[in-house]
Amino acid sequence: MNFDALVLSRIQFAFTISFHIIFPAFTIGLASWLARLEFEWLRTGNPQYKNLYKFWVKVFAVSFGLGVVSGIVMSYQLGTNWSRYSEFTGNILGPLIAYEVITAFCLEAGFLGIMLFGWDRVGDRLHFFATCMVALGTLISAFWILSANSWMQTPDGFRVENGLALPVDWWKIIFNPSFPLRYAHMVMGCYLTTAFAVAGMSAWMLLRHPHDAPEAKLAGARRALSMALWFATIVTPIQIFVGDMHGLGVLKYQPTKLAAIEGNWERRANMPLRLFAIPDQNAETNHYEISIPKIGSYILTHEFGGEVPGLKDVPPDQRPPVLPVFFVFRGMLAIGFAMLGLSLWHLYLRWKGGLFTDRLFLNAAMMMTPSGFGAVLLGWFTAEIGRQPYLVYGQLRTADAVSPVTTGAVTISLMTFLIVYSIVFGCGSYYLAKLLRKGPDPVEEIPGAESLAKKPKRPLSLPDERLDGGPRRKAPQPAE
Amino acid sequence: MFGFGTEYVGWAFWLPLLWAVILGVAITMYVVVDGFDLGIGIMFTRAENDNWRDRMMFSVAPIWDGNETWLILGGAGLFCVFSVAYAILMPALYIPMLIMLIALVFRGIAFEFRFKADTSKRIWDYAFHYGSLLATFAQGIVLGAFVQGFEVGGRQFAGGTWDWLTPFSLATGVGLVCGYGLLGATWCVMKTTGALEIWARRKSEQFLVATIVMMAIVSAWVPFLGRQIEARWFSWPSILALVPVPLLTAFVAYMIYRSVNDGHHTAPFLLSIVMFLLGFLGLVISLFPYIVPPSITIWQAANTVDSQMFALIGYAFALPITFAYTAYAYYVFRGKVAKEIAGGGYG
Repeated sequence: MNFDALVLSRIQFAFTISFHIIFPAFTIGLASWLARLEFEWLRTGNPQYKNLYKFWVKVFAVSFGLGVVSGIVMSYQLGTNWSRYSEFTGNILGPLIAYEVITAFCLEAGFLGIMLFGWDRVGDRLHFFATCMVALGTLISAFWILSANSWMQTPDGFRVENGLALPVDWWKIIFNPSFPLRYAHMVMGCYLTTAFAVAGMSAWMLLRHPHDAPEAKLAGARRALSMALWFATIVTPIQIFVGDMHGLGVLKYQPTKLAAIEGNWERRANMPLRLFAIPDQNAETNHYEISIPKIGSYILTHEFGGEVPGLKDVPPDQRPPVLPVFFVFRGMLAIGFAMLGLSLWHLYLRWKGGLFTDRLFLNAAMMMTPSGFGAVLLGWFTAEIGRQPYLVYGQLRTADAVSPVTTGAVTISLMTFLIVYSIVFGCGSYYLAKLLRKGPDPVEEIPGAESLAKKPKRPLSLPDERLDGGPRRKAPQPAE
Repeated sequence: MFGFGTEYVGWAFWLPLLWAVILGVAITMYVVVDGFDLGIGIMFTRAENDNWRDRMMFSVAPIWDGNETWLILGGAGLFCVFSVAYAILMPALYIPMLIMLIALVFRGIAFEFRFKADTSKRIWDYAFHYGSLLATFAQGIVLGAFVQGFEVGGRQFAGGTWDWLTPFSLATGVGLVCGYGLLGATWCVMKTTGALEIWARRKSEQFLVATIVMMAIVSAWVPFLGRQIEARWFSWPSILALVPVPLLTAFVAYMIYRSVNDGHHTAPFLLSIVMFLLGFLGLVISLFPYIVPPSITIWQAANTVDSQMFALIGYAFALPITFAYTAYAYYVFRGKVAKEIAGGGYG
């Protein structure tokens, strides 16, 4: 491979956006999870819920901060590395991204401060309202980003004039064909990410403090585990269903991407379901294929004899790289079914008893902690690699979208991002791990609750967590 | 108006103008509010002890996050309304933008971790200082590169990766460091007490002198850049309208010096803001109506009327809310920082 500005810019974008996306994926779900906890607390008055809220809001604050920091980089990268893309799509995606920024920032600026530091300054109901607004803000923010991305996948409502895409119908641009199901699929993906992360971290707390931990601490972990698993059990099957529906849209609007996902070279009826294969781009065939006859057609068209498009329908220079698309899609699917498996296992244990004590199950739940992150990433890889070689499907090739910058400049920036993100990620993970190790405070007392009142509004974290673990440093002596 | 953009009529004429004002306000807001918290970072490691640094940092901790919101509003606004300019400027400023973003990332993390660190506190001190310094320097370079102008072919940047790097842009970089230092020092005068305040008054004087020197150097340099800017400044009769700007600046500088020495608390900071606004006015007079000097005007770079109108609806709601939030945050955290921040800070 020739490491020119194009390839390096692609690597840089893939790296920075993969890093970025795991934080929104987590915080979108966490915000709603916090709203749910606070709602239950207001409804029942059970301090357990408030306690859980106070714990998970810290995790939320750190993740949110890392999401914002990495998001700023994304917003400028569109211009620095993909200026021809910015120029071509600016009239359409400019407003969509501006709407994302202003909705996200208005809600962040207005309500995140209250949510993080306002317990003692505003009433319970206003605080709950703030939490709901932050949760709503994350969903609206995702709405605009997914709309912009979907437009790049299935562009609609525009005309091309003078080498620029110009808006014709905003309704069609925003609600472009692939948007509704992609948005549903993504939001549920975020919710499941949070559900499995909460379940896994709770399972870890239960496994870690089997006997000696105070009962109050364990009770919180049990409740969180139970709530998260109920949620996962209900949503996982719906997600699989929505994913299937979304697949039908891909078949209709992006047939070549679908052919790559299926590893299907010839347009044909009775397509088999390929469980395993090594697609070969040059030979235009699959090696070591293991498949079930006809099932592929049935899944895609809901008819055994349904005709499915093939990669050879288009010339070789319009085909995406088949091998990675084929595998990342199957990876996502495998994680989805593992989630379903854990959900069913959880139902069985609930019925049989032993949900909180079955060590094998708790270990499995713990192992599944990062599963949602994995599924979200692999799903995005499928969507983004699958639409190659286009950036705007059928309109703008990736190779024509790159900035007129030198290879040297992109090499410098790529290296810098690799190093800096490693440091940021290292610090963030270290801090999150410390938080988790401490776990929620016991219900009886929530230390520091009062002193939070006049602390600064900072999104990354709450002030009373010491990074180095040591006792709070003595108050500094004034020089005067 | 002003003899520019006369080939555009109706909305196509007024919308780019309106958006230029909106972006101008966003950029000015950013420069003023993030200017003083970056300035705090610039003088940070010169502070005598940890208590001073704690108090300086705490004076901006509650609001710096909101301050940076304006940077995002400006960047998104540029892409949203003048996407052609965005597509030219960003590749042209690739390296300074990279430096600024990375520096802001480090600086942002420093806010989060410094108050939590014991053994690693020094590391976060340096991350905050050098992050602030580099981010400011990079912004100053962007400013200088902007005044110098960009090589454009069609709708794309046609220059080289290092075109921005000239003695002039380095001078504007240093100039902005001095200017933000002045904002930071006068902010510190307003927000602190005792020996720290006295030290901040001395720093204010030093940064004031440095800022004036750099402003003079940069202003004298501009005519030698070979642009049409000097024609605007030194031609009759426009010179009559423009001469008040440098004269006013000199007067404000004198007022800052007086108020610092007379023991005023808020006046030095507010006057420093006025000085920045005058500098900004001078810049606007020099460059208007070019958004990519010296070739592309705001009308040439503007998106279609439809696109601008659609975005305007959103900004019409967002800007007042952001203003309100900013005002509220400053109101909540008004007054001087307590000498001991351990108990909560604002005493």
